[in-house]
Amino acid sequence: MPKALHRLLLCLCLWLPFAAQASDAQDFASASANDRARLLQEWAAQPDPARLGLLGSLQQGRLGPDQPRTLRLNNRLRGLLDNALASQRLLSDDAQVRLQAAQHLQRRAQPTQLGLLERHHAAETDQAVHAALGLALANLQLVAAEPSVRLAAVRLLGESGDPLARTRLQALLEPAVESDEGVRTAARTSLDQVERKLLIGELLGQAFSGLSLGSVLLLAALGLAITFGLLGVINMAHGEMLMLGAYSTYGVQILVQRYAPGALEFYPLLALPVAFAVSAGVGMLLERTVIRHLYGRPLETLLATWGISLILIQAVRLIFGAQNVEVANPGWLSGGVQVLPNLVLPWSRIVIIGFALCVALLTWLLLNRTRLGLNVRAVTQNRNMAACCGVPTGRVDMLAFGLGCGIAGLGGVALSQIGNVGPDLGQSYIIDSFLVVVLGGVGQLAGSLWAAFGLGVANKLLEPQIGAVLGKILILALIILFIQKRPQGLFALKGRVID
Amino acid sequence: MNQPLLVTATQKAGPRLSLVIGAIVLLTLIALPLLSLLPDGHSLQVSAYILTLVGKILCYAIVALALDLVWGYAGLLSLGHGLFFALGGYAMGMYLMREAAGDGLPAFMSFLSWQELPWYWAGTQHFAWALCLVVLAPGSLALVFGYFAFRSRIKGVYFSIMTQALTFAGMLLFFRNETGFGGNNGFTNFRSVLGFDITAPGTRAVLFLLTVALLAGSLYLGWRLAQSKFGRVLTALRDAENRLMFCGYDPRGFKLFIWVLSAVLCGLAGALYVPQVGIINPGEMSPTNSIEAAVWVALGGRGTLIGPLLGAGLVNGFKSWFTVAFPEVWLFFLGALFIVVTLYLPKGLVGLLKKRDEP
Repeated sequence: MPKALHRLLLCLCLWLPFAAQASDAQDFASASANDRARLLQEWAAQPDPARLGLLGSLQQGRLGPDQPRTLRLNNRLRGLLDNALASQRLLSDDAQVRLQAAQHLQRRAQPTQLGLLERHHAAETDQAVHAALGLALANLQLVAAEPSVRLAAVRLLGESGDPLARTRLQALLEPAVESDEGVRTAARTSLDQVERKLLIGELLGQAFSGLSLGSVLLLAALGLAITFGLLGVINMAHGEMLMLGAYSTYGVQILVQRYAPGALEFYPLLALPVAFAVSAGVGMLLERTVIRHLYGRPLETLLATWGISLILIQAVRLIFGAQNVEVANPGWLSGGVQVLPNLVLPWSRIVIIGFALCVALLTWLLLNRTRLGLNVRAVTQNRNMAACCGVPTGRVDMLAFGLGCGIAGLGGVALSQIGNVGPDLGQSYIIDSFLVVVLGGVGQLAGSLWAAFGLGVANKLLEPQIGAVLGKILILALIILFIQKRPQGLFALKGRVID
Repeated sequence: MNQPLLVTATQKAGPRLSLVIGAIVLLTLIALPLLSLLPDGHSLQVSAYILTLVGKILCYAIVALALDLVWGYAGLLSLGHGLFFALGGYAMGMYLMREAAGDGLPAFMSFLSWQELPWYWAGTQHFAWALCLVVLAPGSLALVFGYFAFRSRIKGVYFSIMTQALTFAGMLLFFRNETGFGGNNGFTNFRSVLGFDITAPGTRAVLFLLTVALLAGSLYLGWRLAQSKFGRVLTALRDAENRLMFCGYDPRGFKLFIWVLSAVLCGLAGALYVPQVGIINPGEMSPTNSIEAAVWVALGGRGTLIGPLLGAGLVNGFKSWFTVAFPEVWLFFLGALFIVVTLYLPKGLVGLLKKRDEP
């Protein structure tokens, strides 16, 4: 008999953690909204590893891992739940998980978690997590009773570059909120420190978005530099080649979704050759049918290609509709890297900057290291002499025009990942990319590179200071003044030719 | 070579027929507003819609003529003439808004809860100052831009791109509410001009006649310029600028003069356009509009004075018919027109009509 009793007790003991969890779940399920909030606050203050599973499922609206989704949480409960979960994660063995939890608590910690944070702050061995917990603690200690604790907290907050620290410190400047004179002065110094850090983050963010705008401009302008430099053709339909590239991406996305849903993650890679082929094909067709007849008359090519762009826009509008189409970012392109508390670099933009540089490098290699490139450069420099030496100038023209348009198609793929895809997509980039070509000098890849990134960064840096529109106007004025000094652009070919 | 009978007939008829046709067109244009004054229900009455439409096209014809002066004669393709047109229109619109608002602020400013007029609105309640602005605003902008552009010898496509960027920047600027020109909606809901009701048939007829007069005046001016030594220097400038410089001419002054004159003509056309059509908004400055003006000139024939008028009339006539009848097809048509004109009609319709034995 005692043996049986033993067994029973042992069983019960083994069941205990599950029983505890089950009762937690039951408590939560049966509680009213206010009691639920209280429960969550208690759990946040006294974390228990056993509850981790329950909290995870609560977050998904379930009472347990296998339960149906029955719970409806309001925003307040959701916030508390996240908080409780962060508390549990502080117990984790993985320093990375603890760091994330501490960062979450920096923003959201509740006064009831003060004790918990103090314990963990004292016990933490990992340096990064220790610092993060210190900041989280400092946030809570700002309302501590003793001025000395508050003073230390204020000083500590000065080290952080968090936008939230700024608002908290600003509140402390009011005598009504903070009675101690010393703490107020310390808050003022800390505020200055925080603001300086925030400013650095903002400037870096603007420079980064400028780089990303510049990389798009570069993709657009590379093709223009080739067609303009080689053929003397002003291709106003170049923006529409970007648009065709973006719509090709959309088409590839639809096809992959329908026939190979497993490969959806990598559809942008699949779209690259398709977009290049579509744009280059359309470009070569146009060159053979229309532009070929207009060589030597640049103003006429400008008008004819404008007509082509009107037709292309209207055709796309009739086929796909006038509304923007939806091109989704795959998983590996969404999200970003958190560099500073107020600076997140999105993956899509980082990838596009790299991509633009790769395309520029490939174009350079193509022009300088291949037979086709040699022919292209020969025709650019002296068409008649090249023809005499046996270069098939007509075919070189066609291929070069196709190449320029194809690069624009690649740019369209990149654009579809960071902006809206609509029939008017190309129009908004065409003027800027022409300015890049004008600024960089005709037919010069290095010039285009510098001009594209320079224009992009200048645009984005000026935007918050004086507004987007005034920034654009100022840049236009600067370009006009710059051309006074260097009429042939940044990197002009030296020569003595006058027409 | 096969060509339509009509073309052959015109070629054979020569200058006398052209004069007759010109006289008939002029008389029709003068008769139109008078016919519109006939009482309602009269079989010969011209509706207000037709009168406004023709008035609008005449304003565009002035723009085409102005563009032809710089493109056809001096070889400077401007893709920013819409900006000068709109500036003239806005200057006139400022006066009309003040007139409509009486002593108060224009409606859109009260809507933005502005307390007082910005400084550049000062004096716009006086018609005379508004007229000065119509000339000064596009003229001074053209002067400054032209001075710098011609000084650094920007020409050809570079010049076109720069002017296009200029009008684009202008459009962005006027789209902002803070600029103080009604933002997106621009100016509309005009009531009266110089105390006359703006929708009254009499006012419309007078405005129409003024437009015809301006068109005839600019045509005469253009003709005199083309005949003079100045016009010949301009043509030389278009064909061989460097040779002209080696002959001892300084092309900058010539270019600047014709450029500013052309901008002012555009501004005047815009000022007549606004009271007739009853609205001006930043859309007029969009690069699309300006480049469309280039196709009017190209279709009619650049370097001629009648060509641009013909082109503007044809394209805009077609446009108002097409956009009602087949709105989807219009852009295809316009695009094809750009291509066909540049490929097959380098001298435009006038070139087609001229005798083939002429060089």
